[in-house]
Amino acid sequence: MAGQTLYDKLWSQHLVKERDDGTALIYIDRQLLHEVTSPQAFEGLRLANRRPWRIDANLATPDHNVPTTLKERAEGNAGIKDPVSLIQVQTLDDNCNEFGIEEFRINDPRQGIVHVVGPEQGATLPGMTVVCGDSHTATHGAFAALAHGIGTSEVEHVLATQCLLAQKMKNMQVRVEGELGVGVTAKDIVLAIIGEIGTAGGTGYAIEFAGSAIRELSMEGRMTVCNMAIEAGARVGLIAVDDTTIDYLKGRHYAPSVEQWEAAVADWRDLVSDEGAAFDKVVTLDAADIEPQVSWGTSPEMVTGIGGEVPDPAEAADDTARTGISRALEYMGLAPKQKITDIRLDKVFIGSCTNSRIEDLREAAKVARGKKVADSIKLAMVVPGSGLVKQQAEAEGLDAIFREAGFEWREPGCSMCLAMNADKLGAGEHCASTSNRNFEGRQGYGGRTHLVSPAMAAAAAIAGHFVDVRGLAANDATQQQEA
Amino acid sequence: MQKFERLQGLVAPLDRANVDTDLIIPKQFLKSIQRSGFGVNLFDELRYLDEGQPGQDCSQRPLNPDFVLNQPRYQGASVLLARQNFGCGSSREHAPWALADFGFRAVIAPSFADIFYNNAFKNGILLIKLPEEQVNRLFRETEAEEGYRLDVDLEAQRITTPSGEILEFEVDAFRKHCLLEGLDDIGITLQDEDAIRAFEQKHRAARPWLFRDEAGV
Repeated sequence: MAGQTLYDKLWSQHLVKERDDGTALIYIDRQLLHEVTSPQAFEGLRLANRRPWRIDANLATPDHNVPTTLKERAEGNAGIKDPVSLIQVQTLDDNCNEFGIEEFRINDPRQGIVHVVGPEQGATLPGMTVVCGDSHTATHGAFAALAHGIGTSEVEHVLATQCLLAQKMKNMQVRVEGELGVGVTAKDIVLAIIGEIGTAGGTGYAIEFAGSAIRELSMEGRMTVCNMAIEAGARVGLIAVDDTTIDYLKGRHYAPSVEQWEAAVADWRDLVSDEGAAFDKVVTLDAADIEPQVSWGTSPEMVTGIGGEVPDPAEAADDTARTGISRALEYMGLAPKQKITDIRLDKVFIGSCTNSRIEDLREAAKVARGKKVADSIKLAMVVPGSGLVKQQAEAEGLDAIFREAGFEWREPGCSMCLAMNADKLGAGEHCASTSNRNFEGRQGYGGRTHLVSPAMAAAAAIAGHFVDVRGLAANDATQQQEA
Repeated sequence: MQKFERLQGLVAPLDRANVDTDLIIPKQFLKSIQRSGFGVNLFDELRYLDEGQPGQDCSQRPLNPDFVLNQPRYQGASVLLARQNFGCGSSREHAPWALADFGFRAVIAPSFADIFYNNAFKNGILLIKLPEEQVNRLFRETEAEEGYRLDVDLEAQRITTPSGEILEFEVDAFRKHCLLEGLDDIGITLQDEDAIRAFEQKHRAARPWLFRDEAGV
């Protein structure tokens, strides 16, 4: 028998029942809940007089709507000025209360973006199925967990039945081999992959990220890569278990107890694709070829290296591509063949479920240390992914580095990734953003998003336009040597 | 869920690839805790010339006359014709809620994003994948002929064009069954309650650390 892929193993370990019509019931180990996609699901339960199947499988935290200034946060829910946002956050609190679901509330130090909180607490474990009413649930695949984003009807379905109706996906392997250049990060890897396979390239697939450059990444870096599997069209991104995974989990709050630890680790060691496992599609990238990436358009696939330029629609492959590029350039206010380094910025956002973990903040702080945000930048903000990330960053003095450089240091939440709270772009403003989507209006009505890594965002804040962070790293090294 | 059996609907063409869920329903409208009322904000940023706010009276807002759904000939459309990778981006079910609330019962495109595909069927919307050249032809015919309607027959898995041409489409058996009957799939899943309990018991025995009550935390 041919070997199994990691995805095949996770699927078969959770298969409750296969139906003749090709659908299957798979068992769900963990559901993460936030305030935006859960209220209608709880309401559905109430209307049908149903109870959650397994309370302890659920964990909740508000993240999308919460304000990020200290002044507002000091007031708890009462600090949420937008009455509609307030109702949504209160509704999550009320629902968790009513059904006995554990929730990290607005001012709990464990509160944060669900996809930062789950792993941080050890609530995401290898071999689990993890769902959340949020497409960036793919993040948790970094732990060799089968993690899906789902809709609200499915949130209700999982609450009521602990199962999901699913169809088996196809297997894709994306191999990134070799060594990354200095200053090139996990974010650049995943943007380069999306640029290569396109925003629908992974539709219908579970993508396993493999290869030496992936294995070299920390868990934070792996989460960044899996997080954006959805921007390549795949609901699921996966990375095999190794020592990095196991070391990260040891001692986390919901990780297996001391008595269970050895058995769990032995079980997790098998969560790798077997030698000779068959993939329906394999894509290979050379890590050494990956430059720091910057998106120029309104789809994550509209991305290029920092040394590149904005494309010319006249050179597009077909009519659909030409129309797409023209429309994107018009929206973004960019000219064909404009150099990426000539794009001037108004705002800088470092945060989101893609890039708000401690390592992301360290990378950005390394670039910002001893520098000043350019006068032309109206706002540069750093939004940690959770209260615990914030505490850790403060213990390391990163907040002081950011503040001295002129960045605002905020409270945890989704913030300007999707601008459901007060943090947003004005019309026409260009933003260097460490988030995951550059869709029209995503960060604010008429706002223009450029997706980059935390180091590239910090470098852009200081220069006022995009610059190659690799050059800065080299200069700093020379200066240090000279000193 | 509303049943879908057969639809003879006016077709509106949205000639744009990679239509994302932020475009279908912008984030400020996701703050509602209801399932209904999203139709007036469907494609809000394309449809109106100003920035929309939740709870606003949309009848007073300036319409974008160039946007296809604002054109008189497409009023009352129930079939949306779209391009590749329709519904990409976030998992917000508010996107199909908005489409359904506006009056769309079917969307035809060369491809759809995975999460949106699931969400639409759970809300009584039939998504039909057709080969790119057939979609191109439907775009041409829709734009050329005012009042262009399609007859969509889910039972037979067939679309009939005004000229009598028949286009066949695939849909998986379970989704088709649920749409035809208007079934709530939680009820269907709970018919397998015993199988779920048996699986859960076995799963707990093999991997007790996945159960927080077991782990004592």
